[in-house]
Amino acid sequence: MVKKSAERIYLGLIFLFLYLPIAVLIVLSFNNSKSKVHWGGFTLKWYQKMVSSPTIMEAFWTTIIISLASALIATLLGTMAALGIDAMKKRNQAIMLGATNIPMLNADIVTGISMMLLFVRFTRLGMSTVLIAHITFNIPYVILNVLPRLRQTSRNTYEAALDLGATPMYAFFKIIWPQILPGVLSGFLMAMTMSLDDFSITYFTKGAGINTLSTMIYTNMRKGINPEMYALSTVLFTVALILLLLMNFGPSARKEKRA
Amino acid sequence: MRNLKRQLLAGPYMIWIIGFILLPVVMILYYAFTTSSGAFTMSNVLTITHPIFFKALLFSLKLALLCTIICLVLAYPLAMILNNMKSGHQGFIVFIFILPMWMNFMLRILAWKMLLSNNGIINTVLDFLGLPELHIINTPAAVVLCMVYDFLPFMVLPIYNALARINRDVIEAAKDLGAGSITIFFKIIVPLSMSGVISGIIMVFVPALTSFAVSDLLGGGKVLLIGNIIEQAFTQDYNWNLGSGLSFVLMLFVLISMTLVNSRDTEGGANVW
Amino acid sequence: MSKKLIDLQHITKSYDGQMVLDDLNLYIRENEFLTLLGPSGCGKTTTLRLIGGFESPDNGKVIFDGKDITGLAPNERQLNTVFQRYALFPHMTIAENIAFGLKIKKKSKAYINDKIKYALKLVNLDGFEKRSVDSLSGGQQQRIAIARAIVNEPKVLLLDEPLGALDLKLRQDMQYELIRLKNELGITFIYVTHDQEEALTMSDTIVVMNQGYIQQIGTPEDIYNEPCNAFVADFIGESNIIDGIMQKDKLVKILDVTLPCVDEGFGTNTPVDVVIRPEDVELVAPEQGSFNGEVISLIFKGVHWEIEVLANGYEWLVHTTQMHPVGSKVGIRIDPFNIQIMNKPESSDEKAVELDA
Repeated sequence: MVKKSAERIYLGLIFLFLYLPIAVLIVLSFNNSKSKVHWGGFTLKWYQKMVSSPTIMEAFWTTIIISLASALIATLLGTMAALGIDAMKKRNQAIMLGATNIPMLNADIVTGISMMLLFVRFTRLGMSTVLIAHITFNIPYVILNVLPRLRQTSRNTYEAALDLGATPMYAFFKIIWPQILPGVLSGFLMAMTMSLDDFSITYFTKGAGINTLSTMIYTNMRKGINPEMYALSTVLFTVALILLLLMNFGPSARKEKRA
Repeated sequence: MRNLKRQLLAGPYMIWIIGFILLPVVMILYYAFTTSSGAFTMSNVLTITHPIFFKALLFSLKLALLCTIICLVLAYPLAMILNNMKSGHQGFIVFIFILPMWMNFMLRILAWKMLLSNNGIINTVLDFLGLPELHIINTPAAVVLCMVYDFLPFMVLPIYNALARINRDVIEAAKDLGAGSITIFFKIIVPLSMSGVISGIIMVFVPALTSFAVSDLLGGGKVLLIGNIIEQAFTQDYNWNLGSGLSFVLMLFVLISMTLVNSRDTEGGANVW
Repeated sequence: MSKKLIDLQHITKSYDGQMVLDDLNLYIRENEFLTLLGPSGCGKTTTLRLIGGFESPDNGKVIFDGKDITGLAPNERQLNTVFQRYALFPHMTIAENIAFGLKIKKKSKAYINDKIKYALKLVNLDGFEKRSVDSLSGGQQQRIAIARAIVNEPKVLLLDEPLGALDLKLRQDMQYELIRLKNELGITFIYVTHDQEEALTMSDTIVVMNQGYIQQIGTPEDIYNEPCNAFVADFIGESNIIDGIMQKDKLVKILDVTLPCVDEGFGTNTPVDVVIRPEDVELVAPEQGSFNGEVISLIFKGVHWEIEVLANGYEWLVHTTQMHPVGSKVGIRIDPFNIQIMNKPESSDEKAVELDA
C-alpha cells in the first residue's frame, strides 16, 4: 500500500515536471497582459497577432511545406529502399544499414554543418537545401519502420500468391503492401514529427531569408519573449498531440496490435 | 524473392546515401584537414588542445554526463512503475510520459526560459511562499535543467521497452529458485534491461554533448559549450576550416563514447555474478 | 503406500469472475509421478501454479508435508518448476543459470561447482558450463531448465508442459529421459500436459481435468481401460461412443442389437453411453458377428490398419492387423468384457463437459 502511493507520488511529480511548463505556456497564451505572472483576463489577441504576423505565418507555412514534402519523399524513397535492402544479401544489407545509421548517430550539428559545406559548393542555400537535408535525416526513420514489417512478412505468402498465378506486381500490392502499410504510415508520421521538430540541421542549411518555426523562434527568443510565441506553442502542442494520438491509437496502430 | 530487380528499388536511396550522407562527411574531412587556401594541415583539429577550446570540451562532457546521470536516475524508476502497471491504461499513461518528446524542441526551451527568468513564475511562487529566489537563469544549472527536461523521455522510452520485453516466466523462474525481490531486481531485471539503458544513455548523452541552442538561450552567452564554439566558428568568424576541424573532433568523441558504452554492455552481460 | 506430500483442499479460483477451479480436492503422494491431463483451459496449469505459489486460491488450502503453505511466496516453497518455455536467464551462461538457486542459498563455491557438474551429467550435457543460452537447441534448453531446478534438491518438481515446444522425436526421447531422471532422483513429479500419450507413457497417476473439475483419477491403465465418462473415454485415445439402453444387468441394446456385457447396477431400460475401443472391435466373416457392415475406408497406420465400417447406421472405428479392402462385407463381434457402460450426463454442467469434448 505504501509502495503504491509512493509510486503514485513519483509519477505525479514527473508528470508535473513534464507538463507544468507546457501548461504555463498555454495559460499565458490566453493572458490579456504582457506579464509573465499576472493574470490580466482572457484574450485571444495573441492568436490574432500570431496570425497577422508575416514572420510567424511565413515560417509556419515553410515548416508545413518542408515537413510534408520531406516526409512524403522520404517515405517513397525509404519504402523502396527497404524493399530493395530486404532482397539483398546479408553483407550488403549490413553496409546499407550502416550508412543509414550515420545521420541517426551523428550529432545534429555535425550533420547540419557537413551538408551546408556540400550545398554551398554547388548551389545557394534556401528552401531546396533545407528540403534535401530533411529528406536525408527522415529516410532512416522510414526504413527502420518498414524493414521490420517486411521481415515479419512471410516469404511463403508472397510465393503462394505467385504459385496461384498472380503476377509479381499483383502479388506485391495484394500480399506484401497491406502487411507493410502500418510500417509505412508510422514511418511517414515519425518522419513528419522529426522534421517539424528539427532545429540544428535546418539552422545550418537554410541560408538567409527563410525560416522554419524552430529557427524563427530561436532568432526571436534571442531578443526576448513575445506572447505570440505562447500562442504558437499552444497551437504546435495541439498539433503534436493530434499527430501522436493518430500514431499511437489510430488505424495503423490498431492494425499493429492485431498483427 | 532475392532478385536483382527488387534490389534495384534501393538504387535511388543508394545514390542519395552517396550524395547526401557520404559526400558531406568527405566535405567536413576535407575542410578539417586543409587551410583556407587548400593546403593540408593538422592545425584545425589540433586547435582543440588550446586551453579555451579544451576547457569548453571538458565542460561540455561534464554537463552532458551530469544530464545523462540525472535522466537515468529519474527515468529508471519511472519506467519500472510504468511497466508494472495494470495493462488497461498502461498504453495511455506511457503515451503521456513520452508526449513531451514530440513537442517542438525550441518551445520546450522557451517554456523554461520564461519559468526561470528572474521575475518569472518560479520566483514569484517562491516569493509568495517566503522562500529565497532562484537565480539560475544564465548559469550552467539552467542549461542542465532544461536539457534534462528535453531529453528525459528519450531515456524513459528505451528503458521501458527493454523492461516490457523481459519475459514474465524468467522472473517467475527466479522466484521459484528462491530469489527475493532485491535479488530479482539486481540479478535479473537490471542486467536484462541493460540494452535499454545503453540506448537511453546514447540518446541523451549525444545531443546533450553537442547541443548549442540550449546553452545559447539559457546560458545567456556565459555558458560556452563545444557546440557553441563550433556554431560561432561558422556563423560569426566564418572560419570554416576551424569549425570543420572541431566538428571532426566532436564526431570522434561521439564515436568513442558510443563504443565505450557499447563495450560495457557486452562485458556487463558476461559478468553478472 | 507412501504418505501424502501435497494436499489441495477445497481449492476455488476464478479470474475476472470466470471460474477456473471449483472446489478442487487432490492429494499427491511422495515419489509419485502425477500428471494433470486435460484440454487447454481445463484448469491444469492453474492447479500447478497454485502449488508453485504463483497464484493464490480464492478459497481452500495448499498443504505441503503437513504444513499449510497457502500464503507462502514461490521463493519460500520447497519445490521447483520447469517452465513451458524454459525461462532460462538469457544474460547468464549455462553454469550461471544452474548456480542461480544455489547462490541464493549461499552454498560454497566447491559445492556449487560439483552440483553443476552432476546436474549437467544427469541431463547428458556434460561440458556445457560456459555455453550461452542462445547457442542451445530447444531440447537442450529444456534439459538445462530441468538441471537448474533439480540442483536445488526440491522435494517436488513441477513441470508445466515442458515438452510442448519440442518436435515429436525429441519429445519421445525426453519422455524416457524424464522417467529415468525421476527414478534416479527419487522425488515427486507433478506434470501438466494436454498430450494423452505423454501422460500414459510416464505417469504413475493421471488426473483428467475438464472445465475446472477433476473427471477421473487413476493409473494409466485404469484411465484407458475403464474411463468413467464419455469425456475421459473420448479424450484418452479414440473410441466408439454409442447411445445405448441398459435393458437389465449384463444386457445392453445398441443399434437395435442386444449384446451381453459384464456391467451391473444401471437399473432396467436406462439410457447409457456405450464405449468400445477401436482395437476391441473384432472383424469376422459376415453373419458371424453381432452386426453386419461394409468397409468404407482403410488407412495403413504402420502397426495396424485403421478401418471404418458402416454397420447399422453407425460408422465404427476399428484397429486391426488384418487388411479388409474397401467395399468388403464384414461382421462385427465384441467381447462382453470390452464393452464399457457409462451413465449419461445428468446435469447441464456435465452436458457442457460432454459438448466441449
